[in-house]
Amino acid sequence: MRYLGLKTLAAGCLIAGIAVAQQSNISTLRMTDPLNDEMPPPMRPVEETGLRPARNYPEQPPIIPHDIEGYEVSANYNRCLSCHARAATQRSQAPMVSVTHYIDRHGQVLASVSPRRYFCNQCHVPQHPDVPLVNNTFIDIDTLLTMPEE
Amino acid sequence: MNLTRRDVLKSQAIAAASAAAGISAPAAAQNIVTERERTELQWNKAACRFCGTGCSVMVATRNGRVVATHGDAEAEVNRGLNCVKGYFLSKIMYGADRLTLPLLRKRNGVYDKTGDFEEVSWDEAFDVMAEKFKATLREKGPEAVGMFGSGQWTVWEGYAASKLYKAGFRSNNIDPNARHCMASAVAGFIRTFGIDEPMGCYDDFEHADAFVLWGANMAEMHPILWTRLTDRRLSAPHVRVAVLSTYHNRCYDLADLEMTFTPQTDLALLNAIARHIIKTGKVNTDFVDKHVNFKRGNPDIGYGLRPEHPLEQAAENPDAAGGFTDMTFEEFEEFLEPYTFEYAEELSGVPARRIEELAEIYADPDTKVMSLWTMGVNQHTRGVWVNNMIYNVHLLTGKIAEPGNSPFSLTGQPSACGTAREVGTFAHRLPADLVVANPEHRATAEKIWKLPEGTVPGWVGAHAVLQNRKLKDGEINAYWIQVNNNLQAAPNMLEETYPGYRNPENFIVVSDAYPTVTAQAADLVLPTAMWVEKEGAYGNAERRTQFWHELAPAPGEARSDLWQVMEFSKRFTTDEVWPAEILDAAPEYRGKTLFEVLYANGNVDAYDVAETEEYPNHESDHFGFYVQKGLFEEYARFGRGHAHDLADFDTYHQVRGLRWPVVDGQETRWRFREGYDPYVTEGAGWDFYGKPDGRANIFALPYEPPAESPDDEYPFWLVTGRVLEHWHSGSMTDRVPELHKAYPDAMVYMHPEDAASLGLHRGSAVKLTSRRGDMLTRVETRGRNRVPRGLIFVPWFDANQLINKLTLDATDPISKQTDFKKCACKVEAA
Repeated sequence: MRYLGLKTLAAGCLIAGIAVAQQSNISTLRMTDPLNDEMPPPMRPVEETGLRPARNYPEQPPIIPHDIEGYEVSANYNRCLSCHARAATQRSQAPMVSVTHYIDRHGQVLASVSPRRYFCNQCHVPQHPDVPLVNNTFIDIDTLLTMPEE
Repeated sequence: MNLTRRDVLKSQAIAAASAAAGISAPAAAQNIVTERERTELQWNKAACRFCGTGCSVMVATRNGRVVATHGDAEAEVNRGLNCVKGYFLSKIMYGADRLTLPLLRKRNGVYDKTGDFEEVSWDEAFDVMAEKFKATLREKGPEAVGMFGSGQWTVWEGYAASKLYKAGFRSNNIDPNARHCMASAVAGFIRTFGIDEPMGCYDDFEHADAFVLWGANMAEMHPILWTRLTDRRLSAPHVRVAVLSTYHNRCYDLADLEMTFTPQTDLALLNAIARHIIKTGKVNTDFVDKHVNFKRGNPDIGYGLRPEHPLEQAAENPDAAGGFTDMTFEEFEEFLEPYTFEYAEELSGVPARRIEELAEIYADPDTKVMSLWTMGVNQHTRGVWVNNMIYNVHLLTGKIAEPGNSPFSLTGQPSACGTAREVGTFAHRLPADLVVANPEHRATAEKIWKLPEGTVPGWVGAHAVLQNRKLKDGEINAYWIQVNNNLQAAPNMLEETYPGYRNPENFIVVSDAYPTVTAQAADLVLPTAMWVEKEGAYGNAERRTQFWHELAPAPGEARSDLWQVMEFSKRFTTDEVWPAEILDAAPEYRGKTLFEVLYANGNVDAYDVAETEEYPNHESDHFGFYVQKGLFEEYARFGRGHAHDLADFDTYHQVRGLRWPVVDGQETRWRFREGYDPYVTEGAGWDFYGKPDGRANIFALPYEPPAESPDDEYPFWLVTGRVLEHWHSGSMTDRVPELHKAYPDAMVYMHPEDAASLGLHRGSAVKLTSRRGDMLTRVETRGRNRVPRGLIFVPWFDANQLINKLTLDATDPISKQTDFKKCACKVEAA
């Protein structure tokens, strides 16, 4: 198997900054000299839109579109499941935890959410309103399928 | 637009209703692509790029692009799961600022250390680099060149780099960033067992009755192993979890027994537990009589600082830190006498009854215990000791090397085991636990490598922290950094790291996929292929070796670290870098390039490039032979038949990894135990064959204070570490928008009362200052970490908050690993 093409995409990955002949600063995540600090931006509360952005691919765990500050998720209690458990969703209108979460290590479907999926924030995270320092040029499959192949 | 949750629910209800009525919402995708030819994705396995857990992921590619990843359901390690970082692997290669051409500092068209970066060709880059390395070798010899590699190198990258330095340049100044991470674990294994890496494996998670965390925030740093531990704890209600840490972290959410202790006092806690086991008659005497020796370790060993530092001057044994003498069981018991629960409480702040409760978990012969630890133990000026002392309690009770009874040293990086440790890319090591200081070991390496006698030097090279000191002092002048961001990662940045990189005498090369702060401090930056842009192999914490194929092309002219090392070797001939006495004795090597003698040596070039046909392979296409296979098969000769057996190359592309030693096609889950490990002598039961007499060592080691503790001027303990959402210095994860937005900026976790007493509150701007540097950040008094009074925690992923400006370059004098977990600092409003 050899690559099928899309060299134009690779060229698109070049950012404008690197095209200039000379630059003293190349570090993109830190715009200042390593020796000189700037005050970090104020802390912002998480985005609480309730909106569900499209996933990058079907297997991506959805992000959490609301604040979870102070939620207890411990051996005794799981606050997330108080809305997202199957039985709670009629009342909460929150999305039900995915059916994959009922499956144990051996592929058996359990009566309840598998303990291996118990700590929700290992995969699901809220978002702070921040502009990423560097763009990401990931292209999802639907977009990719609409692009001409070389 | 300020939408409330209610508005959104309403609009979603409308959309659902209109869809049900057959009315399409505006801008909705009306066409779903269904043609198989177009929707088919190529799925291949790969090891996750991040931590030492070694999850297997399935990677979907289409048209040379990664379009999706998910947990590999067939992999035993993770059974279909990933953590949030792992689920976003698809995006790590696509930061818009990928480096695509070499960048060289130039002024008026020529290299100039004070110039600005300019794009150059690979030829020009390597011309200048070779000129600098040759001049350094000619004028000052092999001790003046160096390399800093990584536990994130693939197996063959670390192996090829190690050959280039140790045999090609005849310099052992090569060390991995795993020195910052795992060196204390390694020295702990060697001192106690004489052979590196855990005896147990991840299967222990499903067999243990109790888990004890000795300084490992697994909930954030080993999330998938935490899912296995959680699964066991919540599925089997008798299971208990004890969490020890210097601050309250996410693991406490599952803890049955919480023990927040004063930094450094884990030493006293472990001795108190050992004392309790003896005092209550719970020593497994049959096991101890047959399988254990007792040793008294040298005390007062210093703090691995520069030799002129007053703490080193005052120490009794800084030059014999690893030394020990024989002792008896009775002498060991006597040694432990002062370590009562009350004394341990006095030092640690943990109530005596809780220490006793923990001691009982170890003492009870019917409780199978898995102890787990990572950086809290390893990044410690007495890290090797703590490793030894955890083994002490498992050895006293015979709770070792069987399902569920498992002292388990977790690994930080994806191939700290597979590459840094097994390949032996440390300044003192060779593959398969061989060491450069041993003439027989060097002879073995020279034989396998088909090199003249005396090629590999016997001097131990400079370790990570010493490399920085030697760069600053102008003793290492030509230096190459691959697969890590050491300006951000190394301790005491302002006094020891940065001055060395910018020392006008030095030429600093950085290979990276992205322009990190280390690249910024370099003179030459080489654009580098990453993860599935090359064929790779990693070895995880349970001795599992895993392979992947090249699945997508690297952007522009980015090349793999392997290509860089091998291509660079073509620019040197033996006559330029080897002394006359070696070439006089072996004249057939004269005039050959290092590429010819190291890689085109009949071993590495033994496999036809045609074998790579099914998958792309840039390195093999370029060099004309199956590079990865040749390097791996040559490397595997070191361990086969010597308890480090690896399977053949092709097997690893078929399976979800195998745990070495792989003997007769069978992996080994529990080493040293009869019935599981083919190397155990029949009838022995247990056999610690790393030691000549088959016995493991129990060590008598005291509590000793840390190098720097809080005082009136610097009243806080500073603890640094990681967060779940970011991997190490954030060079990959901070370029994934979802991960960046999950944890955009580092901050200082403080106790709310400490904050209030300084007139600060959540969100306040502060300056953190130590004796070595300062940093600006903001205060967090809530959230995932709740620190005790007098202690602060700062994560180090953020390039804009270089917390290592504050840390102290104190190291464990045995392992040379830095203590990033404790120094003194102050907090002021900024």
